[in-house]
Amino acid sequence: MVTIYEAQKGLSRRDLLRRGGALGAGALLVVGGHAVISPTHAWGLETTALKPETMATLIQVARDTYPHDHVPDRFYAIAVKSHDEKAAKDPAHKELIETGIAELDRKAGPGGYSGIGWEDDRVALLEEIEDTPFFQTVRGGLVVGLYNQKDLWPLFGYEGESYSKGGYIARGFDDIEWL
Amino acid sequence: MAAKYDLDDDKVVVIIGSGAGGGTLGNELAHKGIDVVILEAGPRIEYDEFVNDEWDSFAQLSWPDQRTASGGWRVAKDFPGLPAWIVRAVGGTTTHWAGASLRLQDHEFKALSTYGKVDGASLLDWPLTLAELEPYYDKAEDKMGVTRTHGIEGLPGNNNFKILKAGADKLGYKECHTGNMAINSAERDDRMGCQQTGFCFQGCKWGAKWSTLYTEIPKGEATGKLEVRPQSHAVKIEHDASGKVTAVVYADKDGKLQSQKARLVCVACNSIESPRLLLNSASSKFPDGLANSSGQVGKNYMRHTTGSVYGVFDKKVHFYRGTTMAGIIRDEARHDPSRGFVGGYEMETLALGLPFLAAFLDPGAWGRSFTGALDGYDSMAGMWIVGEDMPQEGNAVKLHPTLKDDHGMPIPDVWFTDHPNDVAMRDHAYGQGKALYEAVGATRTFPTPPYPSTHNLGTNRMSEKPGDGVVNAFGQAHDIPNLFVSDGSQFTTGGAENPTLTIVTLAIRQADQIAKMMQQGTI
Repeated sequence: MVTIYEAQKGLSRRDLLRRGGALGAGALLVVGGHAVISPTHAWGLETTALKPETMATLIQVARDTYPHDHVPDRFYAIAVKSHDEKAAKDPAHKELIETGIAELDRKAGPGGYSGIGWEDDRVALLEEIEDTPFFQTVRGGLVVGLYNQKDLWPLFGYEGESYSKGGYIARGFDDIEWL
Repeated sequence: MAAKYDLDDDKVVVIIGSGAGGGTLGNELAHKGIDVVILEAGPRIEYDEFVNDEWDSFAQLSWPDQRTASGGWRVAKDFPGLPAWIVRAVGGTTTHWAGASLRLQDHEFKALSTYGKVDGASLLDWPLTLAELEPYYDKAEDKMGVTRTHGIEGLPGNNNFKILKAGADKLGYKECHTGNMAINSAERDDRMGCQQTGFCFQGCKWGAKWSTLYTEIPKGEATGKLEVRPQSHAVKIEHDASGKVTAVVYADKDGKLQSQKARLVCVACNSIESPRLLLNSASSKFPDGLANSSGQVGKNYMRHTTGSVYGVFDKKVHFYRGTTMAGIIRDEARHDPSRGFVGGYEMETLALGLPFLAAFLDPGAWGRSFTGALDGYDSMAGMWIVGEDMPQEGNAVKLHPTLKDDHGMPIPDVWFTDHPNDVAMRDHAYGQGKALYEAVGATRTFPTPPYPSTHNLGTNRMSEKPGDGVVNAFGQAHDIPNLFVSDGSQFTTGGAENPTLTIVTLAIRQADQIAKMMQQGTI
């Protein structure tokens, strides 16, 4: 389902950067061809319906909506990937996302949304559009799209499924010592 | 060997629903030699098929049919299509419940007499007393294996409990322990002891938590007197010219309508579907729905005054490990109007996994205040507040004016608004929960709003007088002698306690009464 791919062997950070076009998302993500690329973390996300620039900004919007500084961008990318898939099937959804991001960029002025340096200033723009279908669609999708990623859970100290390990009866259900 | 009955067999008792009420009643009647067909809307999913995953389990077990939430409660805004988090499967919501098994208190059966008239509330005394129910409570606790009854040991306390207990001690609370839980603390009744797995809400994969799915139902089937028919969704109850009910029309697994004849019908489909079914069974003889001469069917919907308090600490807790709700403080369950409200509330441990905490901590919220809370996930403790809410005639399960299901029947709309007493109680509980966690060193606490309802009560309430309610003290409809209600919708008032034990207790008592009346030939 997730089309995030790790960079191919031999593709250096420099190669990835060279492939990149416009800088986006705090210069951490690079847009090139039909993909959003993270040169520092060596992953890329291909888009099919949405413009890759739109996807890069969407990833930044996702992070600004549910900011966790210890969570890398790829989790946010996976969380919003479904919008590209849905946009491929549903022109109305594509329109919703593309115009939503375009409107954010317009409000942001030169440099666009991702060009704004401080999170607070970007969040101020999100607050202006908080009640729009665009924002509520993106935010609502993130609640499951972000927090239901099993790979993300360890970053929050959540251990997930426990039956196959015999529960916690011998694995610390009552191991608190600081009380 | 499970029985198999013919659709035209008019000697059978038909029970609609296989949860705490219907599953228990079916087993009890079968053991008395009475032929029983249980129609269950959902599929039969055995406990080894349950999944330790919140969203996957929700998709596997929860009631999927369209419903609407309306009124002033926050659920109507945040979850307009999900008024309740209950189950559609064999075993009903006993697959999902947490296992907390508390008797209602004596005064809670006399809510109107004890609290006096409360503006805007439709309080009433139960036509029953605690003393009358005690022998049946005793049987129910034995049947379910409730800890701290019948010599059954309490469960061990998990990390979340230890924090609750430390806070309770600091606040001077006296009655705090690991609960009266229908979860085996050691092997009993051919079922395993609890393995402290967590995921109690997702169905117990060990079968350590009591559920009708793997206790009452197979025991009833073993008598050869019980047939459980899954994927059989009742749409209408039919009656004859004299007004007695005669058959239940249901949609089978292919969506085809079937009609099962019945000597007697017991409605046990939870407080949303039960009144909906009675209302949808309106006829020329009963234009306002079955058993509704009082106009009370669907009214007085209660959901308990709930809320949660989570606290974040500067050290690890891992509150999701172990039995979810094995921890309780009962000191606030008393009736003490000096606190600014009537009735009382229980404080019980609660933990959610990261996915559900994200969905329910503060629905709709975003930004750093919200995500900062989740960043403390592994250092968090949590409690659930469950208290008595005021019955109000306006709070009701109604037939939706326009939306219909696949069979052309109006879907239910659940209309609810807090009573000022509910708000005062919740605010008090939020304050106590915050104080408790801060006493143990919490750096931040979160007063979390009620989740979609799990305790749905009161929509076919018991009453002494036929004009005040739908059923009598045995759950028998005031209007129709061979129609019974066997779930939480019979509750006259809610009390502060988790309702399942009382539902089971009433079902055992009702089975005795039905058998007696059948023997006497009165029904």
